[in-house]
Amino acid sequence: MEQTQLNVKQFSADSFEPLIHAERESREKIVAPSLTFLQDSWRRLKKNKGAVISLFILIAVAVIAFGSIWVSPHDPTKQNVKYINLPPKIPGVSLDGFNGTALIGGQRVDKYAQANVPEQVHFYLGTDGLGRDLLSRLLMGTRVSLIIAIIAALLDLSIGVTYGMISGMKGGKVDNVMQRVLEVLSGIPNLVVMILMLTIFEPGMTSIILAMIVTGWITMARIVRAQALKIKDQEYVMAARTLGESSSKIALKHVLPNISGVIIVQMMFSIPSAIFFEAFLGFIGLGLRPPAASLGTLLNEGYKTFRFLPHLMWAPAITLSVIMVCFNLLADGLRDAFDPKMKD
Amino acid sequence: MKNFLKYLLKRIFFMLITLWLIATVTFFLMKFLPGSPYVNQEKLSPEQIAILNKQAGLDRPVIEQYGIYLKNIVQGDFGTSFQFKNQPVAKLLVDRIGPSVQLGVQAIILGTLMGILLGVIAAMRQNTWVDTVATLVAILGRSIPNFVFAVLLQLLFAIKWQVLPIAKWDQGFISTILPTVALAMSPLADSARFIRTEMVEVLGSDYIELARAKGLSYWQVAFKHGLRNSLIPLITLLGPLAVSLMTGSLVVENIFAIPGIGEQFVKSILTNDYPTIMAVTLLFSTMLVVVILIVDILYGLVDPRIRVSGGSET
Repeated sequence: MEQTQLNVKQFSADSFEPLIHAERESREKIVAPSLTFLQDSWRRLKKNKGAVISLFILIAVAVIAFGSIWVSPHDPTKQNVKYINLPPKIPGVSLDGFNGTALIGGQRVDKYAQANVPEQVHFYLGTDGLGRDLLSRLLMGTRVSLIIAIIAALLDLSIGVTYGMISGMKGGKVDNVMQRVLEVLSGIPNLVVMILMLTIFEPGMTSIILAMIVTGWITMARIVRAQALKIKDQEYVMAARTLGESSSKIALKHVLPNISGVIIVQMMFSIPSAIFFEAFLGFIGLGLRPPAASLGTLLNEGYKTFRFLPHLMWAPAITLSVIMVCFNLLADGLRDAFDPKMKD
Repeated sequence: MKNFLKYLLKRIFFMLITLWLIATVTFFLMKFLPGSPYVNQEKLSPEQIAILNKQAGLDRPVIEQYGIYLKNIVQGDFGTSFQFKNQPVAKLLVDRIGPSVQLGVQAIILGTLMGILLGVIAAMRQNTWVDTVATLVAILGRSIPNFVFAVLLQLLFAIKWQVLPIAKWDQGFISTILPTVALAMSPLADSARFIRTEMVEVLGSDYIELARAKGLSYWQVAFKHGLRNSLIPLITLLGPLAVSLMTGSLVVENIFAIPGIGEQFVKSILTNDYPTIMAVTLLFSTMLVVVILIVDILYGLVDPRIRVSGGSET
């Protein structure tokens, strides 16, 4: 018992150090770097692998789709009767289905040789019933989907945020009237608006965009209003008001930055539904008119022949699905990043 | 109760305004549309046209026509279809409403039940591979457009394995399977996600701890205590679900050649059959506003904490 106990007197005085000083220093030190709201969200977003991968895929798709305005493999609208319904052919790939051959009556036939296609000409995804290059048309269609996405986002940001902000900040009678208008508008299915637009305008981008202008921003307006109502009563807004800040400045400088996360998340969620809406219209034959192509119209064309030429259908179907999945994953990731409390 | 009645009346009032607005806009749009209702106008003499106009009531002032139109709509008379000669639109739609409603109801039941099951399992096995699979299904169900899904089903079950009919509505229940599954995908995905979030929250609450402490089994707690409380907010999802089913039915009915409203709607749009377009437009809008109203009322009834009249927020 006594042997195990240390004799304190054995140690000299200089083997001891005062602790107090170091402890205080370390307590005061902030280890984590100070981050702004966006930096913090980005840090959280980066942890979400699905969202980051989606972001990169979307960037890549956007670059390729818009880049193909200048460098398209073929002219997406040029018809060539001699080269109709060619199967996909990728140079250097000898896999059946990608080497320019097709099964005809149980035999593999080189369709490219049959159609006398020059050796250096390749249609990576084959051609459609009018001899147009599918890949080029696919890129064109993707572009349309992305443009629709951008427009949906812009509408949300411009009309939706402004409407919700005014309604929420003004309150009282103005708010009441604005909310009743919203109530009436939200009772109209957006498909119905689209049909009404189609009766006045030709089917195409214009009528789709006009239909989106009527109904595309309603959810955003509601959310912004609810958030503005919440923030309006916060102390810092009251302080700003007491200091004589004007209402519009309070809305822009104090309320808007504090709800920006919610706005971005809602915007991201409205994008996939806008893309779906356009593709859906294209598929039922109310979308863009040929020779223009969107993913929906390509699907519609491909569907007609998908038993014999399935690639005409699968290429746009897969592209559309990938874009939708990426946008949804990114939206989910952003929601978690901006508001960890909302995480599900 | 008095408050509730007042609220109900107010809501119905705005509902009627919405419908009136849609009816009015459609009426005037079609009135000022170029073209005439007669196919062979060049061959008709002015006198004949005058007689025809009189017959159709087109010689009266626009305002009066508008009045008659509104009166007819209220009585359920939508005029005659352009596409099918001498077929009243109302009858045309009544004949077709059956398959659409059957499909919609089947899809909602299948979708929400499967979704609830998937959501509960995911929540109970949180952060395991089961959860990951459930999340994946939910994301795919939300992302893949239902027409792509419908075609995929057609390809696999009808062409490859030939176990189910490819299209048509003539084999009773068997022919409803594929379209129902295609339509049920988005309700399934939505409710699975929703239930999972709710369940995770509910499972962490004190009364669940208590139920567990009492010695109830894990799954008993989940279904008896957890699920009940997670189901309430699911009602809010019904509104968006109804909308997605409406748009969904358009394509799915087309792909599977089902004689429903959606299929008729697409046809009438493509053939400029204005009376039918108008009737379906009003039908869809009515369905939507009624569903939204029912959802709001149900929500207030099921969860008394939510004031029906809605406070200053939301």
